[in-house]
Amino acid sequence: MIARLGQRLLQALFVALAVGALTFALMRLLPGDMAYRIAAGRYGYDFVSAENAAAVRAELGLEGPVWSAFARWLWDIATLDLGRSLVSGEPVLAEIGHQLGASLTLALAAVALSLLLGPPLGMMAGRRAGGALDRALLVSAVVLRALPPFVLGLILVLVFALSLGWFPAAGHAGWANLVLPAATLALGLAAVSSRVARDATAEIVSAPFYAFARLKGLPEAQLFPRHGLRNVSVPVVTYLGVQLVMLIEGVVVVETLFAWPGIGHALVHAIVQRDVPMVQGTALAMGLIFVCLNALVDLANARLDPRARAAA
Amino acid sequence: MPPRTLVGALRPLALAVSLLAPWPALAAPGGSFDIVAPFEIGGPDPSLSGFLFQRMQVGETLLDVDREGRPQPGLATSWSVSADGLVWTLPIREGVRFHDGTALTAENAAAALRFARAKPGVLERARIESVAAEGNSVVIRLAEPFAPLAALLAHASTIILAPASYGPDGTATKVLGTGPYRLTRLEAPQRMAVEAFDAYWGGKPAIRQATYLAAGRGETRTLMAESGDADLAFQLDPPSIARLKANGAVEVMKVPLPRVMQIKLNAGLPPFDTAEGRLALSESIQRAGLASALLRAPGTGATQLFPPSVEAWHDPDLAPLATDPERARARFEALGWAPGADGILAKDGKPLRLKLLTYADRPELPLIATALQDQFRQVGLDVEVSVTNSSSIPAGHQDGTLQLALAARNYSLVPDPFVTLLGDFRDGGSDWGSMNWNDPAFHAATKALLASTDPAEQTRLRREIAAILQRDLPVVPVVWYEQTAAVTKAVEGAAIDPFERSFGLSKMAWKP
Repeated sequence: MIARLGQRLLQALFVALAVGALTFALMRLLPGDMAYRIAAGRYGYDFVSAENAAAVRAELGLEGPVWSAFARWLWDIATLDLGRSLVSGEPVLAEIGHQLGASLTLALAAVALSLLLGPPLGMMAGRRAGGALDRALLVSAVVLRALPPFVLGLILVLVFALSLGWFPAAGHAGWANLVLPAATLALGLAAVSSRVARDATAEIVSAPFYAFARLKGLPEAQLFPRHGLRNVSVPVVTYLGVQLVMLIEGVVVVETLFAWPGIGHALVHAIVQRDVPMVQGTALAMGLIFVCLNALVDLANARLDPRARAAA
Repeated sequence: MPPRTLVGALRPLALAVSLLAPWPALAAPGGSFDIVAPFEIGGPDPSLSGFLFQRMQVGETLLDVDREGRPQPGLATSWSVSADGLVWTLPIREGVRFHDGTALTAENAAAALRFARAKPGVLERARIESVAAEGNSVVIRLAEPFAPLAALLAHASTIILAPASYGPDGTATKVLGTGPYRLTRLEAPQRMAVEAFDAYWGGKPAIRQATYLAAGRGETRTLMAESGDADLAFQLDPPSIARLKANGAVEVMKVPLPRVMQIKLNAGLPPFDTAEGRLALSESIQRAGLASALLRAPGTGATQLFPPSVEAWHDPDLAPLATDPERARARFEALGWAPGADGILAKDGKPLRLKLLTYADRPELPLIATALQDQFRQVGLDVEVSVTNSSSIPAGHQDGTLQLALAARNYSLVPDPFVTLLGDFRDGGSDWGSMNWNDPAFHAATKALLASTDPAEQTRLRREIAAILQRDLPVVPVVWYEQTAAVTKAVEGAAIDPFERSFGLSKMAWKP
């Protein structure tokens, strides 16, 4: 287990380095003059002029050689100094701190909601593979996963905010605001996890050991919790790790649609405004979260599956 | 619609969560007034987001403007200019308190202006020598006369904040203004909340609490207005306007703005090096069609640079910019450009192929650009549309490679459009204005207007300047912009400020 966590730590270091280098290179490759974009971010489009851009260029030393800027950035990562936003002038760490909290709330709510929806429905369907519920679930999972988060979000707003008036359409004034963006992400996640749970359940209920358990006289109510649940949960949890990619991709869109102040939203704006320290800071935070969550998935799996412990 | 099973599964959960929270959609009138607009909050400093603190009526400026753009007293009770136009004296209003309780004095007003001057902003347009407090007045000394200084002193980047707002380097870290509303929460980049400031010098506003939310997507703002989550949704996209008009709970407001979509052209490049060639380009544009079909705003086709709402600069007697592709072709032919076999105009064997730059920050620009491409093609101009970064326009101007560009220009950056005109059409041109265009009569008229203090003379000079721009077309106006907003019918007194200086919070009241 320790070795595994050590591996993840090494991975985190590699992610930090790769994200740092990639964002740096990509930001330099984007079309358009950086100084103009930063000036537009700071003072608004209407005030962008050659003089303002020149002032920004001089202030931030954008003229200097690329390699020295890159070396400086790597050194900053190594010393955990993310610098200040080029646009607002606030420390990047403080800005990310504010936004990361909002994003994590959203992501955790989405994962929790998807776990409440997907696996239970999938298990119910898997125990009667080919039944009505199974077929209905297949269709809804395909539809939900095929819908881009933006469209799904709009549909949810139209139904639950406009028609039913249950939840606010957007904003982040209270808990009620969390429901629709979290549900948008959760439905996409649940679509996949329900299929994984369904397949795993179907496989287990047709396995000889399961038939034997039934033969030895266990009632149905005890049979699945005892002999099925843990087996099913291993692939579901493993798949959750894979799905986190989708969560991170979805967060960017969903936060913008619902005016939620998260890190994905911050990343998009920072890219538009060529706010390099913010881009690097947010990309780094997202990369590290990804590694962390995967480490958590490892830990959960190790607890769930004694075979892995035995092998280690 | 999501499948039934999921809706069914969601329902208990949704109910459980919703019990924890208030019902914002059903909030009783008299509560907080919620505003949603696309503008993000950059930070507390006036140079970054002063316009938002001004619109939320947290910060105020020394001078103000009325709906026609005429200067009005603000934190200064009046203004007087010395005979040579170099010394401006502004007596400070008495009994004004900042939100932290300190009193407004000439000294701290002057200090706030000095901080504003040290940052990029409008004050650099005037050649200011010094800003000082003398007695109870702020005194500004200029190196040369600058009649529109009053407009600069009404601009959001010059809002006066309490001394405790500024950090040691002169950057504001807190927003302690003098306005009718006091900031209670600031969460850049998206949220702020304000409440009525009881010690306000101008009386108590009827709406006690308000919030601001930045939402970049037009769909989000429209949905928030529709569901009642926002009481005022600012800047609506054309398809949403029709939808909101059908909603009985909100009213859609529209006001023309001094923002113009215009073609910037290189007047050093034949055939646009003559007024005749620029006029031909203008005549090939079908403005009415663009306005009604693409922007769904009939009547906003630009017949001259300024819309009728900018009374000081709009001249109703000016012959409107015409659409006449036939005449445009004839004008090009008179300049020696004859159509070739492919219908493209050519002179000395060289076809007229041009590149039109535009940008997607304003989503309507690429749309209009491609429509223009087709309209130009009909008179024989082969135009390639290049949707790039907005910075490529100033960059193309600087290195001289720009041929044509479609851009949206805001002439009310400061309330007096003259200040923007002065910069945009200066000798040699500027990033967003003219390029390689010089007209001695224009420069003489602007110089005279800068020094003039006589209203009749000012009107005559403005008309002269507008006529030169109409005749010579250093930029070709295409359409005028409109500002749109949806406001709840639960309030009265809502209006859009054509100079975009205020959301009008203090003038509104919940209907009984």
